[in-house]
Amino acid sequence: MNSDSVYRQRVGYALRTVNRVRQKLAVWLEPDNLARLRPKLHYQAGVLAGFALAASILLGLADLATRNVIQMRLEEDLKASLEEVVPAALHDNDLLADTVAVPSAGAAIGTDETVVYLAKKAGSVTAVSFKFAAPDGYAGPIHLVMGIASNGEILGVRVISHTETPGLGDKIEITKSKWVLSFNGKSLDNLTFEEWAVKKDGGVFDQFAGATITPRKVVQAIRRGLEFFQAHQAEWVGH
Amino acid sequence: MNLSILFSEPYRKIAKDGLWTNNVVLTQNLALCPLLAVTGTATNGLGMGLATTVVMVASNGAVSLSRHLIPPEIRIPIFVLLIAALVTLVDIFLNAWMHELHKVLGLFIPLIVTNCVILGRAEAFASKQPVLPSVWDGLMMGIGFTLAMVVLGAAREIGAAGTLFANASVLLGEQFRFIELTVIPEYKGFLLLALPPGGFIVLGFMIAGKRLLERRRAPKTVPGLEGLNSIGQASWESR
Ligand SMILES: Cc1cc2nc3c(=O)[nH]c(=O)nc-3n(C[C@H](O)[C@H](O)[C@H](O)COP(=O)(O)O)c2cc1C
Repeated sequence: MNSDSVYRQRVGYALRTVNRVRQKLAVWLEPDNLARLRPKLHYQAGVLAGFALAASILLGLADLATRNVIQMRLEEDLKASLEEVVPAALHDNDLLADTVAVPSAGAAIGTDETVVYLAKKAGSVTAVSFKFAAPDGYAGPIHLVMGIASNGEILGVRVISHTETPGLGDKIEITKSKWVLSFNGKSLDNLTFEEWAVKKDGGVFDQFAGATITPRKVVQAIRRGLEFFQAHQAEWVGH
Repeated sequence: MNLSILFSEPYRKIAKDGLWTNNVVLTQNLALCPLLAVTGTATNGLGMGLATTVVMVASNGAVSLSRHLIPPEIRIPIFVLLIAALVTLVDIFLNAWMHELHKVLGLFIPLIVTNCVILGRAEAFASKQPVLPSVWDGLMMGIGFTLAMVVLGAAREIGAAGTLFANASVLLGEQFRFIELTVIPEYKGFLLLALPPGGFIVLGFMIAGKRLLERRRAPKTVPGLEGLNSIGQASWESR
């Protein structure tokens, strides 16, 4: 009754205000008016600021709307690539949840700190996996991920991204060639330091015809990755 | 809205301009940066072309809508702002909701900003025309660009790897797996075509081919040299 009429009064007032603003805006947006305003400096500054503000708001909203989804997608990607190198049978924990961050500046595997994902079965560590890089590929860093069993043998290696030459250096991708599978089961124990090299350098791993640099750098990076594992084996695996 | 207007004379001319006469790549010789970077395969060319088309339609629409607001003195910063914002939006939306596609195109999407065609169409067309023709122009220029990208990508892919539309199912969905072809089985590959110089060489042949076709079609009264001149002039003026 009383509050109802107050409410109606307020709505009416709001509607009239909106209407008035709309009429003002329509007058302001008349081509003649805009033509008069366009040469003025304050108008130009205002328009530029207005567009910048509108763009910022739009991008901010889009970021809000997508940030969680993108985060989720990236975690799915990471999980998928970890699962490629650590068989599901080896663990019953969430790999993304059981991690340690380890300083790795001295290991020359691309980053100063490496996040190590621990695979556990019934509470004890069965394998570890981590992303690393060959910083010195033919055409830039080659990003890799590797899974290592608790006894130091490689479970699997995959290339995450690289910029090597298509048709020459890209045989390191699993989709192009089975070459990366040749690391499975290898460790620092069952190959000597000299054997951890491409055949051309006296080692056991194939190079590619016309492209030795890419596989050489990948082999060396994987060896350094294993050394990084060995240096921390006791602390991660516990024996 | 009555779309039959799109078949009327002015709209037909816009379409012909975008697809052939004033083709972004073949006549205007613009957009060479994304062109050479991504056309290693037909699929990448198609993806980049489609993403660029979306941005071009949106940017032409936005520029045309706000054309009365924008003073000529500050039009370039505003166009750049609009285009950069649109490209960023496409980038994060793709990353969130078409993540597989984003993994294929991810690197190239920010490159769309460097595509001067988008700024060119905003400046030469959308800033002077109503919304519908502007959007139509963006669409047609985009499709013309996409066609050139796909043809160039296809030629390079067949020459370099012997395949056509490899990985198209990642871009377009599983139902398009049938367009993935192996054109030359057991092909050893011709590396030059996969590298940027190969892109330039194939592009050169495509431009020459288009001019040859146009010369054939032109009335016979025009002597050869003058014909060449006028075509050169046309492409110069449109720059
Ligand atoms: C354009 C171009 C791209 C190349 N890309 C690679 C590459 O990605 N990876 C690589 O190992 N070698 C690449 N090479 C070859 C190297 O320059 C070098 O010749 C080769 O790796 C040495 O291998 P070889 O001892 O079998 O000749 C490329 C060469 C050229 C001309």
